[in-house]
Amino acid sequence: MTWTVTRLNWRLPVIAAALCLLASVAAVAQQEGAADRETALQALVTWMPFILQGFVLNLVMSVLAMAIATVTGVILGFMQISPSAVIRLPAKLVTHVFRNSPWLVILFAIMFLVPFRVTLPGGETVMIPDWVKATVGFALPVMANVSEILRGAVMSIPSGQWESADSLAFSRGQTLRHVILPQCIRRMLPPWMNWYALLTLMTPMAAILGVNEALGNTQAAMEAAGSRPEFLIPFYLFLMTIFFVFIYPISLWTRRLERRYAASGA
Amino acid sequence: MTPSEGWTPDQPIVAIRDLHKSFGHVEVLKGIDIEVMKGEVICIIGPSGSGKSTLIRTINGLTPATTGSVTVEGQEVHDDNLDKLALRRKVGIVFQQYNLFPHRTVLQNVMMAPLLVLKENKREVEERARSLLAKVQLHDKEDAYPAELSGGQQQRVAIARSLCMRPDVMLFDEVTAALDPETVKEVLVTIKQLAADGMTCVLVTHEMGFAREVSDRVYFTDAGRIVESGPPAQLFEQPQDPRTREFLSKVL
Repeated sequence: MTWTVTRLNWRLPVIAAALCLLASVAAVAQQEGAADRETALQALVTWMPFILQGFVLNLVMSVLAMAIATVTGVILGFMQISPSAVIRLPAKLVTHVFRNSPWLVILFAIMFLVPFRVTLPGGETVMIPDWVKATVGFALPVMANVSEILRGAVMSIPSGQWESADSLAFSRGQTLRHVILPQCIRRMLPPWMNWYALLTLMTPMAAILGVNEALGNTQAAMEAAGSRPEFLIPFYLFLMTIFFVFIYPISLWTRRLERRYAASGA
Repeated sequence: MTPSEGWTPDQPIVAIRDLHKSFGHVEVLKGIDIEVMKGEVICIIGPSGSGKSTLIRTINGLTPATTGSVTVEGQEVHDDNLDKLALRRKVGIVFQQYNLFPHRTVLQNVMMAPLLVLKENKREVEERARSLLAKVQLHDKEDAYPAELSGGQQQRVAIARSLCMRPDVMLFDEVTAALDPETVKEVLVTIKQLAADGMTCVLVTHEMGFAREVSDRVYFTDAGRIVESGPPAQLFEQPQDPRTREFLSKVL
């Protein structure tokens, strides 16, 4: 899996995060002498709500993109295992194209290919906000990977399961629904969660395209506070910390599921 | 279920005629003829790689024949217009590797096919499933998952699962080959009981003692052909063909 923290004791990352915060406080403390100016820490506290507000957009984009990616990816995955080549081959093409393209390129393509407003049949004009386009841009590569996760999970079920279902007169649909897929879901959950974590970590790329998410807001805040170089460490450390605090529990939980499933032989 | 037109119970329930099967250029079955009457127990024995498993799997259409004919109750199995559902209801199969559904309990494994495929009444199916599990001595394991059972227990669940579809013919493909020696017996006892109840059974087996005891007729296959067949007393006591004699001298 692309994004898995290796087998470290859970305390290590927590200690690392605490050290980062300490370092930022120390960096800030050096500035304490100049009492007439706002310290970096004070500036950070002032701008925290603004940064966190941006982070909410990161979360909204990640949840929406994951929902889109899951629904479309599962459909695409089913198409990939279809016995009919007319259904299977286009699904394979789409899956491979989006799995093997750089995320940023997909993001730019969506940004510039999708119009910023569309006219509905009724004559009404609807604006498509940039963050919605970015969400679709993030969903596409994850969709392709969900499609592969589904295909891989189905392929990993022993052929004896298909044979015995076939012998009991199950149709292909019944076999998939009642025999194969229930066994796949357990196998799919850990990689699916990994992709959610990865996707969330990629959402700050939207800042490049002018979406006001956490990274964009952090940069805007530093600028508004006077663009002093001593802002860099505390502001960016704060930004990294909020992502870490959100993602790390997911990563721990994913690894626990992986271990449990490995132990139960599923 | 209605047997195909023209079939009467005094005709063979399973009839295999000049059956050939090739995988690519390799011909594994080179003209097989077998007839099974209703209520008969047939054992197919022979060295590994002689095509026994392929042969038994052509009877329920899991492996398509290349040429020749397989009929069950007069209905051609290898016919493109075959009603597969009707065939699979008539013919149950139990595999070497049990192939139970690991995410379902023992009782659910047995009930699934009649509920989903035959759309039968749940209470009736459950009653039947429980009595079948009692018959294979597993009434106390109804709520267990397959992974919690021994190989022999899983194999008996697989037998009950097949029987719950009320087949007319049961196929057993080396069902004891993957089992620990101490659990082989419990599975053989189950099959023996089934045979005594009058079920038509076709078995591929390496258990010579069992084949001799339970079968009405034994077929010895080698290199894709039936070398010799006959009642067990005759085939085991006075084998005619030198290949049969050589095989039996090795395994007995």
